[in-house]
Amino acid sequence: MKEAEIRRLLAANLLCVFSIILTAVVPSFFWDGFTVLGTHLAWLCICSVCVSTLNIILHLVLKPNQSHKRSSFAHKISRFLKCCIYFFMSCILFHAIIVLYGAPLIESVTETFLLAVLLSTFTTLQCLCMLGPNIQAWIRVFSKNGAMSIWESSLQITTICSILGAWFGAFPIPLDWDRPWQVWPISCSLGATFGYTAGLVIAPLWIHWNRKQLTYKSR
Amino acid sequence: MQRWPVLLFLAWVCFLFFAGIGLFMSGFLLTRIELASSSSCADPLLPPPWGRQGLPPGSCWAPQRFSKAVLVIIDALHFEFARFNPAKTSPLPYENKLSFLHHLATSQPRHARLYRFRADPPTATMQRIKGLTTGSLPTFIDVGSNFATYAIQEDNLLAQLVQNGRRVVFMGDDTWEGLFPKKFFRSYFFPSFNVKDLHTVDDGILQHLYPTVDSGEWDVLIAHFLGVDHCGHKHGPDHPEMAKKLTQMNEMLRSLVDHLGNDTLLLVAGDHGMTETGDHGGDSEKEVNAALFVYSKTPLFVTVPPEEPEAVPQVNLVPTVALLLGVPIPYSNIGEVMAELFSGDGDAVSAALQQLSVYHINAKQVDRFLHSYSLVAQDLPAEQLQHLQQLFSSAVEEHTQLLAQVQGATLVPPELESRLGSLISRFQLYLREARALCTQSWARFHPLRMVGGCTLIATSCLLCYMASELAASSDSFYRSCLLYPLLWGLMAALLLGLAHAFTQEGLDLLLVSSWAAAASQLGFFWHWWGRHPKQARLMGNQPPLASAGLRQRLRAWLGLAFPMGILLFRCGAMFSDSFVVAEARVAPFLLASLVMLLVGKLHWDGRLTVPEGPKQQFLGFSSYRREIWYLLCLVAMLLICVRLSGFFHQCREEIPQCRPSLFLSPLASLRNTRAKNLFYLLCVVLLAGLVYAVRSWLRHYGNLNSSEPLVLFVRWGFPLVVLCIACYWAVASSADDSLGKLQELVQVAVVAFPWAVYGLASVGLLLLLCNPMTVFAKDTRESPGSIVTPYLGVPTSEVDFLHVIPQIYRRMQESQKSRLERGSCRATVAAYGLGSVYSAALVIALTLLGFLLMLLHSERLSLAFLLLFLEAFVLLHIHSRARGLAGDAEPFSVPWYAVISWLLAASQFFYSTGHQPIFPAIHWNAAFVGFHLDHSTNLLPAVLVGANTFASHILFAVGCPLLLLWPFVCEMPSSQKKKPKKEPREELQEVEEHMMEMRLRESPEKFSTALLQLGLKYLFVLGTQLLACVCAAMILRRHLMVWKVFAPKFLFESLGFMVSSICLLLGISLVMRVDCAVSTWFNQLQLR
Ligand SMILES: [Zn+2]
Ligand SMILES: [Zn+2]
Repeated sequence: MKEAEIRRLLAANLLCVFSIILTAVVPSFFWDGFTVLGTHLAWLCICSVCVSTLNIILHLVLKPNQSHKRSSFAHKISRFLKCCIYFFMSCILFHAIIVLYGAPLIESVTETFLLAVLLSTFTTLQCLCMLGPNIQAWIRVFSKNGAMSIWESSLQITTICSILGAWFGAFPIPLDWDRPWQVWPISCSLGATFGYTAGLVIAPLWIHWNRKQLTYKSR
Repeated sequence: MQRWPVLLFLAWVCFLFFAGIGLFMSGFLLTRIELASSSSCADPLLPPPWGRQGLPPGSCWAPQRFSKAVLVIIDALHFEFARFNPAKTSPLPYENKLSFLHHLATSQPRHARLYRFRADPPTATMQRIKGLTTGSLPTFIDVGSNFATYAIQEDNLLAQLVQNGRRVVFMGDDTWEGLFPKKFFRSYFFPSFNVKDLHTVDDGILQHLYPTVDSGEWDVLIAHFLGVDHCGHKHGPDHPEMAKKLTQMNEMLRSLVDHLGNDTLLLVAGDHGMTETGDHGGDSEKEVNAALFVYSKTPLFVTVPPEEPEAVPQVNLVPTVALLLGVPIPYSNIGEVMAELFSGDGDAVSAALQQLSVYHINAKQVDRFLHSYSLVAQDLPAEQLQHLQQLFSSAVEEHTQLLAQVQGATLVPPELESRLGSLISRFQLYLREARALCTQSWARFHPLRMVGGCTLIATSCLLCYMASELAASSDSFYRSCLLYPLLWGLMAALLLGLAHAFTQEGLDLLLVSSWAAAASQLGFFWHWWGRHPKQARLMGNQPPLASAGLRQRLRAWLGLAFPMGILLFRCGAMFSDSFVVAEARVAPFLLASLVMLLVGKLHWDGRLTVPEGPKQQFLGFSSYRREIWYLLCLVAMLLICVRLSGFFHQCREEIPQCRPSLFLSPLASLRNTRAKNLFYLLCVVLLAGLVYAVRSWLRHYGNLNSSEPLVLFVRWGFPLVVLCIACYWAVASSADDSLGKLQELVQVAVVAFPWAVYGLASVGLLLLLCNPMTVFAKDTRESPGSIVTPYLGVPTSEVDFLHVIPQIYRRMQESQKSRLERGSCRATVAAYGLGSVYSAALVIALTLLGFLLMLLHSERLSLAFLLLFLEAFVLLHIHSRARGLAGDAEPFSVPWYAVISWLLAASQFFYSTGHQPIFPAIHWNAAFVGFHLDHSTNLLPAVLVGANTFASHILFAVGCPLLLLWPFVCEMPSSQKKKPKKEPREELQEVEEHMMEMRLRESPEKFSTALLQLGLKYLFVLGTQLLACVCAAMILRRHLMVWKVFAPKFLFESLGFMVSSICLLLGISLVMRVDCAVSTWFNQLQLR
């Protein structure tokens, strides 16, 4: 059972990685002059949209958290609205944190906000899909023994990896190499993306290797 | 409590670091040996064509072309100031103002010419004067001696002029007085150091200039104007004041030319340029690009001036002027004559022959200098010297041949001209290569000393780390780890001293102290190693414990990894010039990351939530939620502080798109009166807010109730200080010339108010030292209920008593068993503010220091200081919150993350108080806060400027013990919330529970160890940063950016280290002093 679940996780994660690679390659067939660096903002939008749709679809298909209660349509709607509000708030929060970390306050607001959206896609959206708009559960998942399924472990790993990637992405900005990818926020968004993909790949492997030690408490 | 051993240990560690810094510095900073020889008329350098008898009277080495010369030095005359572009329709304030130069150059092209004058770095005025008179390249280390001007020992132009009987008259900048004592025939010196004063020097010169010129009692006249430079420092080049100043200079030149005779050479030169902010000192294009203008009433040039003015190195002026005036070229000159000034008015061949002869003299002189320099110093590479020698001898040989052919008239003009031309270019090549060689190799290092210094610093860091781990665990720590190493060190010093005494060599104090440091370090490690096996054996007796210990140690190492990782990033950043340039953004980034990581780790470890099962989760959650929100609010506040502090940045020239913060300039430079008033009000209000906050903090903890002089000072002295500062700001920021008659009053006030602040602050600090107790004791033993304080009637004290926390010292009752009966135990001594007595003293000291440092900065930087206080406060709260949440078993040791975040904040605020580790960014104005004219000594301005530069280092280092104390001070709020519901009787018992800082007094040994550990950790982190800087400077010493980035960074970092470590010692000794006072207070209480 566990092995199969890990395999499902791996497949889902590889699909995500594949979709990210596609977002970098496919648009250039339809749109002349599209490059990840050159038209970075467009890529940011495409990547965010693709990853979020894919995640929602995967969530609907795989249903990692089997909720036994059948909820009413109104409940679902309110849940969905709540998710949207949470997502938007997380974008704002990420934006604020990025600015507090030293991003320009007034210039390049769009860039900063799109980076915040990307980060929210990699982190908050996953949480929303997996756990729903339930902050308590989020807080539980991100503590040492908080993960209760391999999906939640994977969530932990990908989230931490994306944020670390964005953090490390800020490092080359002051260097005087004058490369196109040193322009704000390209290095950070690339870092976040690499971190996310790395997390997606690492998570199943890590869970596989540690499957003996991982004993999830039942809810 | 062991007070002296702790201080001694820390002082010893500081000494180790200082020895390392000194050793490294002596190996790293450039030195050039000054030769004592000087040229004279009789030197056998005479060229063949004239022979000795051929020279006209009064000439040496070459025939004199001008009998008189006027050298007008306009300080910081940038090339752009002197250039005139008629096409410009709307010139900037500094453009097209010296129209007279342009007029001369166009109307008399053979009489006048403008050059770009390339100053050699460092572009400080004193270095430039040295370069302009000796023709040599003053080295990097001389920059610092701008405060102390030493007489020039090397042979120089003035010495040559005086030696050959010329009368040199000087007027202007009094730097020259120090450099050339008793050299002038007549002199008019004016104080130069006060950069705010635009007119004293210039008006003084103008008063004397024309009468002196007309009197004719001079051969060489030097006038050094400072107004343009000071205007640059005060307002920047792009300011109407600069236009006024340059117009004044233009008028001065116009009338000066009218007064000159035909036999006079006029030179107008800038000693250096200025940056966009009006500063100088470095080697950026704008700083080295000065102007030189040459004019005489007799024709000078054969050719017409080129379209784009030629660039002339500054050292070239020396041989040119020397030979034009017919005096020998100074001995150490490495400049090249400006040949076109020697062409005379004959035909092309005779002009070329004349040029050749001056080149020949020049080359011979440079060759002689290189030869004698290579005899005393080995820093010029031998093979290059040999190459130069060959170049020189072949040129000389050809010169002799050519002269013989010219005398024999075997050459016809076209061939002769070409051969003359090629020979001239060979001499030129020789001179240029020689200069390049000197420029290159006066970057001379002592690799051995550098490595030694580096090793000393590295081992000192290691020692700090080990000692901080060891201090907690051992009993005979001080004997084995302090006394013996000290003895070792003393022994080494003694041995070296004896050896020196026997060998009769000069005693190099630096070497002796570094050997002593190394020996004492060796002693420490030896004894540490001797103790180590014992501990290991002890461990070995209990094998199961050992493995548990290993796992624990591994966990501890993992816990260490995250703050140390941040420290590692910080150190790594020192090795890249881009990161050093961007450090103002790197430090806040790392600080924010460290704090976020801390919160993340606390959450990850489940410290922020209740670790119970899911049933209780919801309940427990709500009770912990407030803690989380509180912590998150603190973190958010910290992040906002960090971000806001970024607005007070200074710029480096490496980032051209950077604009310096508006807040850096003094209020006086604001032209908008409303904005000025608003900013002024804001600063004053916030300053008053700081005082209010400090006072209410003290009142909250009950430290503001006693009638001790110190408390009275806090009550009344602090507002008075604020008042004085506000008055000073008001006076200093008011417009200079709009006050008319009040001017004199203003002059007095500008000096008086800072002195009032200095006086008040020092009175406060003295009071703090004399009696640092801020405790109000309510003695209920004899007369319960009655309070004997003189100011009980003051309405505010009513409120005071509602908020004070009576601290009952449990041990009092225990120790008084002999004196008091069991029954009277309920009569107690309520000591208000005893629980925060240590912190209160530190907070008062920090506030006083803060006032002093704010005074030294420009008005609006006080906002940055308030941010600094706020951020430090928030950091302390986060730290004590985190301690509380983490539930550490060891309350007496300060965790690494706290120390590292404290130091990151210190370096962040170094930048956020408008500083950068480069020389032009130093706020020299600070030396004139409270001083109107020049200083008599150099110590005081150095202290003032140093305090200004290292303000944040000082504040954070003095406040460092707060990291230990704060969690104890803050332990109260957790139990306070229950208090209102309790009965008064119960409250008494409840109150007994939280003793705050008295816990520290309960275990004096642990307290002293904790202070020692904290100090060692602080020194370790500081030392690691220093080590990174030192290694970067050593490894990258041939890097392109070494003199621009790494060397200044190293100097600032090592000075910062020294300031920080001394202030750390002061802070810790203040805590010790309070501890002493508390002890005597208890003794007195028991005697009563
Ligand atoms: Zn100057
Ligand atoms: Zn200057």
